[in-house]
Amino acid sequence: MTSTLEPSRKGSAVVRPGDRIFAGLSTGAGLAILVVLAGVAAFLTIEGIPGITASPDEVKSGKAFLPFVWPLVYGTLLAAVIALLIAVPVAIGVALFISHYSPRRLGQLLGYLVDLLAAVPSVVYGLWGIQFLAPNMAPAYKWLEDNLGFIPFFAGPAASGGRTILTVSIVLAVMILPIMTAICREIFLQTPRLHEEAALALGATRWEMARLAIFPYARSGIVSAAMLGLGRALGETLAVAMVLSVGVGSTVTANLISNDNPNTIAANIALIFPEASGLTVNALIASGLVLFVITFLVNFAARAIVDRRKEFSGAN
Amino acid sequence: MTTTLSSRNRDSGPVDIHEELYGAQLPSWAAKAVIGAGVLIGLALYLLGVNLVLAALVVFVVSLALPAWSVAVEGRRKATDRLVTVLVTSSFVLAMFPLVSILYTVISNGARVLSAEFFTYSMRNVVGEGGGIYHATIGTLLITGGAAVISIPIGLFAAIYLVEYADGNRLSRWIRFLVDVMTGIPSIVAGLFAYALFVLFFGEGVRLGVGGSVALAVLMIPVVVRSTEEMLKLVPNELREASYALGVPKWRTVAKVVLPTALAGIVTGITLAVARVIGETAPLLIIAGMTDSVNFNLFDGRMATLPVFTYSSVRSPGIPPEFSIDRAWGAALTLLVIVMLLNLVARLVSYFFSPKGER
Repeated sequence: MTSTLEPSRKGSAVVRPGDRIFAGLSTGAGLAILVVLAGVAAFLTIEGIPGITASPDEVKSGKAFLPFVWPLVYGTLLAAVIALLIAVPVAIGVALFISHYSPRRLGQLLGYLVDLLAAVPSVVYGLWGIQFLAPNMAPAYKWLEDNLGFIPFFAGPAASGGRTILTVSIVLAVMILPIMTAICREIFLQTPRLHEEAALALGATRWEMARLAIFPYARSGIVSAAMLGLGRALGETLAVAMVLSVGVGSTVTANLISNDNPNTIAANIALIFPEASGLTVNALIASGLVLFVITFLVNFAARAIVDRRKEFSGAN
Repeated sequence: MTTTLSSRNRDSGPVDIHEELYGAQLPSWAAKAVIGAGVLIGLALYLLGVNLVLAALVVFVVSLALPAWSVAVEGRRKATDRLVTVLVTSSFVLAMFPLVSILYTVISNGARVLSAEFFTYSMRNVVGEGGGIYHATIGTLLITGGAAVISIPIGLFAAIYLVEYADGNRLSRWIRFLVDVMTGIPSIVAGLFAYALFVLFFGEGVRLGVGGSVALAVLMIPVVVRSTEEMLKLVPNELREASYALGVPKWRTVAKVVLPTALAGIVTGITLAVARVIGETAPLLIIAGMTDSVNFNLFDGRMATLPVFTYSSVRSPGIPPEFSIDRAWGAALTLLVIVMLLNLVARLVSYFFSPKGER
């Protein structure tokens, strides 16, 4: 009796009700995440479509959807890309300082300090940007206009309040610095010790060691850190809404230091939504859908880069 | 040639082997001296009334004398190395600038406002001076609490699924990937999602506290899942196997062995997730709205929160604007203190309660 039952029973122990419930709960929670993400896309689409097809005189902006959203997309990308250009070199420098240049004991403490920047709420950044940074940047913009006005970026007229897209980009750069530094730092620390020591043993200086051993190893990690930072900068709302002084017609311009700036998608929603009604709401939701798609693509690309080199780098 | 060399060797007594091997080097005090001189000059300029940023720039420029000196004595390679060291160090100092500046401005502007009245009064029927953030504090705590109630069970069980049940199947790979993508959802999109969801049930212009909880939960779930998953992965397999060997069913193993072992890390992760969403403004602006009165009911009407209070105080300050701006600084400081405290608690929990040997 026992001997005949043994083979079929092997491996499948008694399943208790508790096991079933627990497994069910866990799987359900996993599925719930898929449902939530699908829900985000679905509900935005449902509520957004009337806004895309709305005729110009039914919405507050008085424009069809594409002319309405295009300057916003431009402003979003412009502010985020400038922020990235500022933040990437600084993030690499800070990460390198913490991982390889500062004394090892101090490194962790300095890491905490940079992480503190990530803990500051975005509305505080906005407050700081509008009350402190913008007035202090105004003289610099005046100087740029007077001395470098022949470059289209600094054509002016310089904003006397300093609430320009360049100020916004600086605030955004500070905001994305912590996440980029944290990722770069982790990867720099994971560079194989042997690679570093081999470079040093061949007579490389510390900088040559970084170039020969650390950067090739960390390249994909740096790229993905930059992409994640870009994703954050694209979606940031309040800091932009509070600091930026928006041009009347949401102009598309390369001028970085004037009062006449293109708005960003997120900030535009935050400014208009609280008092919006009717199809204007749907148009705003549709612009949110555009933002969702853009950030989704950026994050998708970042994750794909990380996954492709997962075995070699510690970026995940 | 040989003769001159050997004669020099003979004549000049003991050879400086160090110099022969390494080539010329700057004295060991060179870096300290140059940087110190730079800092002194900068400090002097600042005390003489020069702008702080300009003074810092002067320090940076003076520091560049180090690589310049080095290129004259040590050659190009060493000089590049020193130049990069200066650049890397100054990038760190540069990154500390906004941190110090933000903390200083928020504390110096906010501390003036804080008083008993500020914390115990709402803004109902307040014009001009006075009033407080009682209603906003209540709203922030309730909405964030609601978000935690929604997202902690989902996040926790999803992480348990990923680590204990999934075995790396296709579904788990999808979940993991989408959780990563969810981390990047802009917060305002989460707010729009909550609005689009609730508008189907309550009609246009809906403003509900619980909507804010849903929006924050969307932002919070991925953080909880990722941190919990990392912590569960750290639990040694030997513990699970020992438990199975004693005949303990899987769910009790997870509940009584795996979770308690990882508890400190999980609590840390959840606290950090709460700290992250408690400062979110955009989704609450969309779905929770703003009000001047105290509202204890998540399911009934508009609810003020600290971040939205700060934003709207700056956005529409009223006349005269000073009092409103002051209240904004006070609310910002309160929010900052709450977030910093949560971060501190998270670090302390992970420091004191994580299993020994994991520190």
